Amino acid sequence: MELTFTVRHVLAGAALLGVVGGVLGSFALLRRQSLLGDALAHAALPGVCLGYLLTGAKTPLPLFAGALVAGLVGAFFILATVRWSRVKEDSAIGIVLSVFFGIGIVLLTHIQKLPAGNQSGLDKYLFGQAATLLADDVRLMAWLSAAVLAAVVLGYKELKLLSFDRAFAASLGMPVRAAEVGLTLLLVVAVVVGLRTVGVVLIVATLITPAAAARQWTDRLGWMMALAAAIGAASGIAGALASATVPRLPTGPAIVLAASAVLVVSLLFAPRRGMVWAKLRERRVAARIRRENLLKDLYRLGESAGGWGGFAPAPLLMGVRGQTALELSRSARPLVQRGLLERAGDALRLTARGSDEAARVVRKHRLWELYLTRRLELARDHVHRDAEAMEHALTDAAVADLEHQLGYPTVDPHGRPIPPPPAGRTATAAGGEART
Amino acid sequence: MSPDTATATLPPAIDDGEAAEREPAAAEAAATADATAGAAVALEVHDLTVAYRTQPVLWDVDLELPAGQLIAIVGPNGAGKSTLLKAVLGLVKPITGWVKVFDAPYRRRRSWVGYVPQRESVDWDFPTSALDVVTMGLYGRIGWLRRPRRAHRETALACLEQVGIRELAGRQISQLSGGQQQRVFLARALAQDARLYLMDEPFAGVDATTERAILTLLKELRARGRTVIAVHHDLQTVAEYFDHVVLLNMRLVASGPVETTFTPENLQRTYGGRLTVLTQAAEALLRRPSVDRDEAASVRPPGAP
Repeated sequence: MELTFTVRHVLAGAALLGVVGGVLGSFALLRRQSLLGDALAHAALPGVCLGYLLTGAKTPLPLFAGALVAGLVGAFFILATVRWSRVKEDSAIGIVLSVFFGIGIVLLTHIQKLPAGNQSGLDKYLFGQAATLLADDVRLMAWLSAAVLAAVVLGYKELKLLSFDRAFAASLGMPVRAAEVGLTLLLVVAVVVGLRTVGVVLIVATLITPAAAARQWTDRLGWMMALAAAIGAASGIAGALASATVPRLPTGPAIVLAASAVLVVSLLFAPRRGMVWAKLRERRVAARIRRENLLKDLYRLGESAGGWGGFAPAPLLMGVRGQTALELSRSARPLVQRGLLERAGDALRLTARGSDEAARVVRKHRLWELYLTRRLELARDHVHRDAEAMEHALTDAAVADLEHQLGYPTVDPHGRPIPPPPAGRTATAAGGEART
Repeated sequence: MSPDTATATLPPAIDDGEAAEREPAAAEAAATADATAGAAVALEVHDLTVAYRTQPVLWDVDLELPAGQLIAIVGPNGAGKSTLLKAVLGLVKPITGWVKVFDAPYRRRRSWVGYVPQRESVDWDFPTSALDVVTMGLYGRIGWLRRPRRAHRETALACLEQVGIRELAGRQISQLSGGQQQRVFLARALAQDARLYLMDEPFAGVDATTERAILTLLKELRARGRTVIAVHHDLQTVAEYFDHVVLLNMRLVASGPVETTFTPENLQRTYGGRLTVLTQAAEALLRRPSVDRDEAASVRPPGAP
């Protein structure tokens, strides 16, 4: 597509909206005020209509001003309702949203019936049509965006404190109520910036979706805002291009869909927070636990047999934990590869290194059982299950601490020996431990 | 490894001498101690009545709390303990009464007062680091709309060091255990370098190691002439940890040195006839610091129904 003037305006408008929406949306998201943004957007519609009716002009300024004033009036009604009535905030937001939007639709219908109304283009404020943006619109949007961004940069530290810990901010003497009104004002301006491009119905998505996506990738507010701005701008541009190429596709839904795609990817694949990684991590831990359990089972079998020389047949091992042959061999394979286990057909036995490793796990298990019975005075038959979990979680430092606290015990609550630490073990092994 | 498990090896508790050296405001400390020694009253509350809507929370509270001591505010749930702190800080508006901090209204003593809110009062999933949160304690000194500088960062790090978690400075706050989060809040208060600290349940929900570390910190603050007023829930430790106790149940029941004020009669008046509480109190008065809770709960006072 060649970059005509219109297309350039469209892209600039969409990008501005994305940046401002992402930055302000980050605060809205963290302050749990997503719905407030939605209400402010819907509340702006009657303002746009009144701006047109009062001036009869299509120039952007009166319409923007109308939206700004109406959005602020809506915000005021919400704050006032919460403060002076018993209506809760979510209800107040719902009421203001629907009442203002209702008034807006009535006015819009009225305007459509006027002789010049059809040409007003006001219906585009519902779902957005970036293609109708003019140079004047974009210029005004740019000024508003610059003002919003400057305010956020200047008051970044304060907005962060306010969003994290309002009571502490107030105790430092920060005028929190004024700051909150200021932040709401910025939110209204951000909404107004996006009004023509995305429309009142969907604009909340340009505030929340990029911010929610960005939150998945970073744990720092500054980065989150920058990333949200980038995602917002990118999806804005993508949506605007889609709407410019596909006939009759409104810009708003296209932008929202683009941003949502980024959100879905983020929720799934972001490191640490992403669901896919979480699942993978879970599985890796589960696999490690199964391997440690297998080592431990072999150790126990050897213990009751009086030595670790013999091979334990697979059915016996499967029986210990009710595992299938497939599950067993999945746990055994990496252990064989690492030289901790030896395989003879289906049967397995511990190598010297394997039994050291197994002794380490058993040691943790038995020390923890002893700790529970001694320190927490739990009954002997109540401690096994807890130890099953802790043997995989205790670090070496914690084990050393535990052992010290317990006075270097040698026998667990059930009377079984607690294997000595690895160094000591090597010594005993060299001293001729039963191993054929 | 979860640092809350009793077996975990935690960073060493606060070391008085070293910490005092590292504490950038240590030089001021002596001067402050002199200043506060002169004014024997840290907090004066007169005829304070607070209500949320039509529900009264505090009635006619008159208090004079001494400087340089560890002071516990004790009382049942809904007794107005947190509200009293918030009223002092001007976070809630009283219907009647006034508050003076070191003989002046709070507005003029703001930089003298440090605040540790309840840990649950904030969203710990907020995208920020431990160091950032501690730096917030310096915002009053940095000035509004200005950026924190390197020196502020160093101060914040020193405060984290004082509570024994300097190595967690860069950690996102949701990755901290409950005890570590409480330490972050205390470090933020230390950064405020205040003369009077108001703490809302600093010992709530922390592990044993953190509890000891916090206690050491409070004692160190007292040694430097600071005053600490803490809402406290655990009656068993009141006598052990604090010098002065305020017993509150909407009205002021009693206020005075622990030895003379923390009595069964006063506790009875504060808590009414609640069995478990009285049991705890009885245990506390027996001064057996390491009493097992389960054991304590099974002890019934004579004459219990």
